[in-house]
Amino acid sequence: MKPAVDIGSIVHAIPRRAFIAHSGLLLSGAAVALLSGRDALAAKAGHGAESDLRILNTALGAELEAIAAYQVGAESGLLQKPALDLALTFQGHHKQHAELLSGTIAKLGGKPVSARDKYAFPVDTLKTQVDVLRFAAGLEKGAVSAYLGAIPVFGNRDLAKAAGSILGDEAMHWAILRNAVGDVPVPEAFVS
Amino acid sequence: MPAFRRRAGLLAALLAAGLAFASQGAGTAAASGADAAVERGARVYERCAACHALDADRTGPRHCGLLGRRAGSVPGFPYSPAMRRSRIVWTEASLDRFLKAPLQALPGTSMGYDGVKDERERRDLIAYLRAAGQGPRCKPPE
Repeated sequence: MKPAVDIGSIVHAIPRRAFIAHSGLLLSGAAVALLSGRDALAAKAGHGAESDLRILNTALGAELEAIAAYQVGAESGLLQKPALDLALTFQGHHKQHAELLSGTIAKLGGKPVSARDKYAFPVDTLKTQVDVLRFAAGLEKGAVSAYLGAIPVFGNRDLAKAAGSILGDEAMHWAILRNAVGDVPVPEAFVS
Repeated sequence: MPAFRRRAGLLAALLAAGLAFASQGAGTAAASGADAAVERGARVYERCAACHALDADRTGPRHCGLLGRRAGSVPGFPYSPAMRRSRIVWTEASLDRFLKAPLQALPGTSMGYDGVKDERERRDLIAYLRAAGQGPRCKPPE
């Protein structure tokens, strides 16, 4: 489908510093705040800790796959600047999520899952920049739903809060990607 | 009064015509109703996209061939011990129970997800999984 609007103009409309120069610094700050709470998380690990570890590892697996997906997009040759910068910035966020999840799992006494050697992405259906951005948007939407579904089942409420923080970031990715391909960026008042 | 009778007669005729039309179109309506459920189910399935795909194992196992499959049986997929031992066979009924509250239906599952709480959404999702399982993406390679 042809985008209703020019991707470049939309992505340029977002101040570049918002997702290049400052995003790493801002997100690092947030991650540090979350990571600094890991001792508290570990201290509270008890009731439902095994279940929490399984949820965290499932989330980590999905984050690692998202990192790989953005890498495929970046190396596809289909993304041009500034969409390429956007994809790499979002990949950087997923790396930070994965780092946080992995560290938390280890702190809670679990064994973080590793990235797979190979992921099955539908690369044969990705022919254009819009295809890649729509594919990424679908993954981000799924990630929002996954974190939304995880928040109520964490035994540890601090973990639920951290999941909420990641959900917010991935919802922003989803909205920006929708906007970039000309879809209504925020189609509904609620996510599900 | 005569005007009222005329209007009542007209209403009765319209209702009769409507019923006859509905009766004639019942088969088509049922088919389009099923299509609509599958379409709604496809939208619900978008929530699964972080972890699942129809034709590939991801963080969760593939969904092609799900209905009728024994839980924990996709070769090479790293299931939780709970899922592998569950002896569940995925039917519409067992899927409905699992999707409603995965962690309650199968404690120890890796699917750390609160569930699809709305009954119609679950019905639509299962309708989609059934239809997609018979679709082109789930056909074995020739």
